[in-house]
Amino acid sequence: MTTAETRELSSDLRGFQRVQRLAYECAQEVAARLEPGVTEREAARMQREWLRARGVRDWFHLPFAWFGDRTAFVGFRVPLQFFPTDRRLEPGMPFILDMAPVFEGFTADIGYSGALGGHPLQEKLINDLEVHRELILGEVRERRPLREIYRDVDRLMVLQGYANRHRAYPFGVIAHKVDRVRERRWSPRLFGFGAQALKGLASDALHGHREGWSPLWSPYRFSDHPPRPGLWAVEPHLGFRGTGAKFEEILVVTDSRDPEESAFWLDDDLPHVRRWAQGKAEEK
Amino acid sequence: MLENARERRVRTGGIELCVAELGDPGRPTVVLVHGYPDSKEVWSEVASRLADHFHVVLYDVRGHGRSSAPRPLRGGFTLEKLTDDFLAVVDAVSPGRPVHLVGHDWGSVQSWEFVTVKRSEGRIASFTSMSGPSLDHFGHWINKRLTRPTPRRIGQLLGQGAKSWYVYLLHTPLLPELAWRGPLGKRWPGILRRLEKVPGGDYPTSSLPSDATHGAWLYRDNVRARLRRPRPDARAHAPVQLITPLGDVFLSEQLYDDLELWTPRLTRRTIQAKHWVPRTRPDQLASWITEFVNSVEAEGESGRGSDREAPHAAASPRAAGPYADRFGGQLVLVTGAGSGIGRATAFAFAEAGARVIAIDRDTESASRTAELARVVGAADAWAETVDVSDEQAMEKLAAKVLAEHGVVDVLVNNAGIGLSGSFLDTTPEDWRKVLDVNLWGVIHGCRLFGRQMADRGQGGHIVNTASAAAFQPSRSLPAYSASKAAVLMLSECLRAELAGRDIGVTAVCPGLVNTNITSTATFVGVDAEEEKRRQKRSARMYGLRNYPPEKVASAILRAVARNEAVVPVTPEARISHALSRFAPGMLRRLARVEPPL
Repeated sequence: MTTAETRELSSDLRGFQRVQRLAYECAQEVAARLEPGVTEREAARMQREWLRARGVRDWFHLPFAWFGDRTAFVGFRVPLQFFPTDRRLEPGMPFILDMAPVFEGFTADIGYSGALGGHPLQEKLINDLEVHRELILGEVRERRPLREIYRDVDRLMVLQGYANRHRAYPFGVIAHKVDRVRERRWSPRLFGFGAQALKGLASDALHGHREGWSPLWSPYRFSDHPPRPGLWAVEPHLGFRGTGAKFEEILVVTDSRDPEESAFWLDDDLPHVRRWAQGKAEEK
Repeated sequence: MLENARERRVRTGGIELCVAELGDPGRPTVVLVHGYPDSKEVWSEVASRLADHFHVVLYDVRGHGRSSAPRPLRGGFTLEKLTDDFLAVVDAVSPGRPVHLVGHDWGSVQSWEFVTVKRSEGRIASFTSMSGPSLDHFGHWINKRLTRPTPRRIGQLLGQGAKSWYVYLLHTPLLPELAWRGPLGKRWPGILRRLEKVPGGDYPTSSLPSDATHGAWLYRDNVRARLRRPRPDARAHAPVQLITPLGDVFLSEQLYDDLELWTPRLTRRTIQAKHWVPRTRPDQLASWITEFVNSVEAEGESGRGSDREAPHAAASPRAAGPYADRFGGQLVLVTGAGSGIGRATAFAFAEAGARVIAIDRDTESASRTAELARVVGAADAWAETVDVSDEQAMEKLAAKVLAEHGVVDVLVNNAGIGLSGSFLDTTPEDWRKVLDVNLWGVIHGCRLFGRQMADRGQGGHIVNTASAAAFQPSRSLPAYSASKAAVLMLSECLRAELAGRDIGVTAVCPGLVNTNITSTATFVGVDAEEEKRRQKRSARMYGLRNYPPEKVASAILRAVARNEAVVPVTPEARISHALSRFAPGMLRRLARVEPPL
């Protein structure tokens, strides 16, 4: 049973990896094209068009773009504030691009942080995200309840001197499940979220409610369960005095007994991971 | 009075100017111009501090000190002639290189003329102005308010009009001369000491009566002419640093509201002091002048390189946070800076460009605070590991800070611990623990660093973190509340004592703020497991309230800038502060309620 499910997953993994890479490629290309005066709406459209031109027809959610202090969700009270605005990019401003395309039935959800010109503070934030990636993987392998892992990430952020900004996401989630989505000719959307993906999430939530788990990884009681096998889009988001940084990528959780196989990041060849490795190489 | 000064005399337009030089002539030249009624000796304290870094030049304005006076006096003090004098001095002391100009009072008024007329272009690298507006800008300022009056503008006009009373008196014939040569001249040093808090000593010099009588012509020759017909092109051709003393009785801050129109590259600084800042705040002035001159020089170096646009584009990234004009370059020490309110306060001062010393008993979190402080804009930041309740360690810290960084300008005694539980369950050991940190920590801080501030005699500010519990009694926080009430009263008493020395004292009473004080608090009268549970519960409660420590930090900066006495921060703290005065019975009843833990 275990092996069968693992094998089935690994045959799918390549598909998820493909779309995740595609999305990061999009983020990097769009980031390179950003210049002073571009608005958040324009940046979001650039992502959408880039992905559409490469065959993306459905979305987990439409691309987001946040500039300046919106990278730290300053003053966010209602979810509508996440949607792109007419704020213009200025030199030295940090930005975050966040997109979740569905490609050939596979979902990705990624977040890419950067700045127009150098931004020492955001660079520091991005570098400090590395320990979070290690912490999360380590504790998932230990099968710690998701709620406790969430608290440990929180504690680490406070130690680092930062604020937890993923708390601003709906349900305060640090991660959520993603899955395959059936491809339809017509893919309607609800508040920027793909209807198919929402349907998948809702059915997971229903099953989970019966079985005592949740597809949303939150600080609340409904996340007080060990990691559930499947694919989780993990998005720790740091904020510090009006500057924010995040990454988002897929963590694969399996029910294997081997700790190495029980959880692993879908792909280690991503911009932020390369950046950390490069930083370490330079230090040496 | 000016020690080790090299003197020379410069002849120009029929008079002789007395010029003094200090420091290495190879270094950038800083020219200090004095005001009215002064002579170059007003700068003695600032000049000796600058002489380590710069070639410092001072001269007596014509008719003042040991420079000779023009004959006749009338018409001899026009801004044109003063510009001639300045250019003659500059040509003599720094022929090949533009100078950095610093002016106080009338020295600043005439320096504005130097820095805005064509013929001195290229001779001035930068200008630091204090307490002396350009007469042309002033004329436009008045015209704007007269031609387009609004209630606010009329208020500003009347306010400045009242502050200029002495200008009208100086225009009367003979009266000023008689007063200065008679009783006023004799009493002036005493007046300065009493009203302006200028320290005594060998200032003002014996030439005061003649300085003051000659100097009256500065007003008579220029003020009416310039205010009536201000030049329309009085634009500065060098970067300007404006230092505004907030307690100046002769000039209102609003005079400089439109200054950006005239000076494309303006750096604003404000200082809590009265008019004679060169005498009362030499350390602060010397550090701001040094910083400004160095940044302009550095800009010039990079500008001489390949990129011709550099001087504008490469202006060093100054801290842009609120109150950057007030705290830029100041030395700020924060205890308990490893987390919570202390850490947020350190960051807020860092954003204002201060130099920050982060103190915590946890080495790692203190150095983390210092590290991030540097990233967000602190001029510099250091971390020290000290337990504030340890008398010897605090004494060592005070000595070390003084030796390495100088006298602290703003001290924030913030370190504190929580202790909850009924009085009957609180052991003497618990009491000692709370009082040692919450009260003795503050006492040591005030004692050691307050002493340094007082000895320096150039003002400063002490912030003590008390609590809403200081005026809101509670059955569950007897020890904590007692310690904080003591801090509140200590701050009030200290404020009274130090007011005479220009040192402000503020007690901040935050209220329920989302920090880790709850998860490190001690709960007496319960076992370890129940204590853990209560810590969790209270942390959750504070988390739900979710009042961020950053807001307390901004309240602290505002309180220092405005020199406020007691600052309740959260709405509930403000309500209970009001109730403690108007309906204390209600608070007493509230105090009996057992908190839901």
